[in-house]
Amino acid sequence: MNWTEFFAMGGYSQYVWGSYGLAALILILNLYLPLRRRKTVRRLLREFLRLKEQTR
Amino acid sequence: MHKYASPKFFYSLAGQLIPWIAALTAVLLLAGLYLGLFVAPADYQQGESYRIMFIHVPAAWMSMFIYMLMAGAGAVALVWNIKLAEIFANSCAPIGASFTFLALATGSLWGKPMWGTWWAWDARLTSELILFFLYIGYMALQASIDDPRRAARAAAILALVGVVNIPVIHFSVEWWNTLHQPASVSKIGTPSIHPSMLAPLLLMAFAFTIYFVVVALLRMRNEILERERHTTWVADMLESTKP
Repeated sequence: MNWTEFFAMGGYSQYVWGSYGLAALILILNLYLPLRRRKTVRRLLREFLRLKEQTR
Repeated sequence: MHKYASPKFFYSLAGQLIPWIAALTAVLLLAGLYLGLFVAPADYQQGESYRIMFIHVPAAWMSMFIYMLMAGAGAVALVWNIKLAEIFANSCAPIGASFTFLALATGSLWGKPMWGTWWAWDARLTSELILFFLYIGYMALQASIDDPRRAARAAAILALVGVVNIPVIHFSVEWWNTLHQPASVSKIGTPSIHPSMLAPLLLMAFAFTIYFVVVALLRMRNEILERERHTTWVADMLESTKP
């Protein structure tokens, strides 16, 4: 298997790797965003519960 | 049935399922990429460029499949007033929008070398673009109403109206004389695609499907926490999992 030839994709490299790269980006973002949101939500809820505790 | 629809039960069940489904997703994705990039031969007409299909077609299928799930969950939420169905529909929208974007962008990247243009106002392309705007509209409408239950109800109605676009996308290549090529896989009986190309396509489609399950569950868990913030189980859970 020739790697140079593989990456060249028969002259369509920018289109093929552009598509795969974009797919990778979208799959990663869809994981990253809810995981980051989870951290934020948990932090805000702890804050919210602490305030509720204080005002009781 | 009620047990499974309770947000508390669902939250913990989803938490247990996510790592397993994520691992399976990774395995299937790697297998699909290996077969699609290394094993499947070049196409006799399109050369190596056709490998974009292994991303483009599953992304396009997902864009429509997720929409149907979103509208279906919206209908369930409207009729039976099930909170979990609202949460699921809301979680579908951004994921569906991103798959629709991926289908449009990879279609553009495939269209340029094959048709000589990035974009055409062809029936298939235009109806897929409308699908993208439907997702954006759903998210905008849902975000514009403060009360989550009213927001979900309004968004569900929008989603249900937009369902008419799905058969238009699907049949557009048959109803109109489009630049877009007709389906190769779904032709009943004799799919006009070689097994060595069909295998990675189906693997990628399955991988995308269970990937969607993982990221939808992640989003649902976040929304459950937010909506259930006044309950004791959320308070207890946050207490027992202090950082």
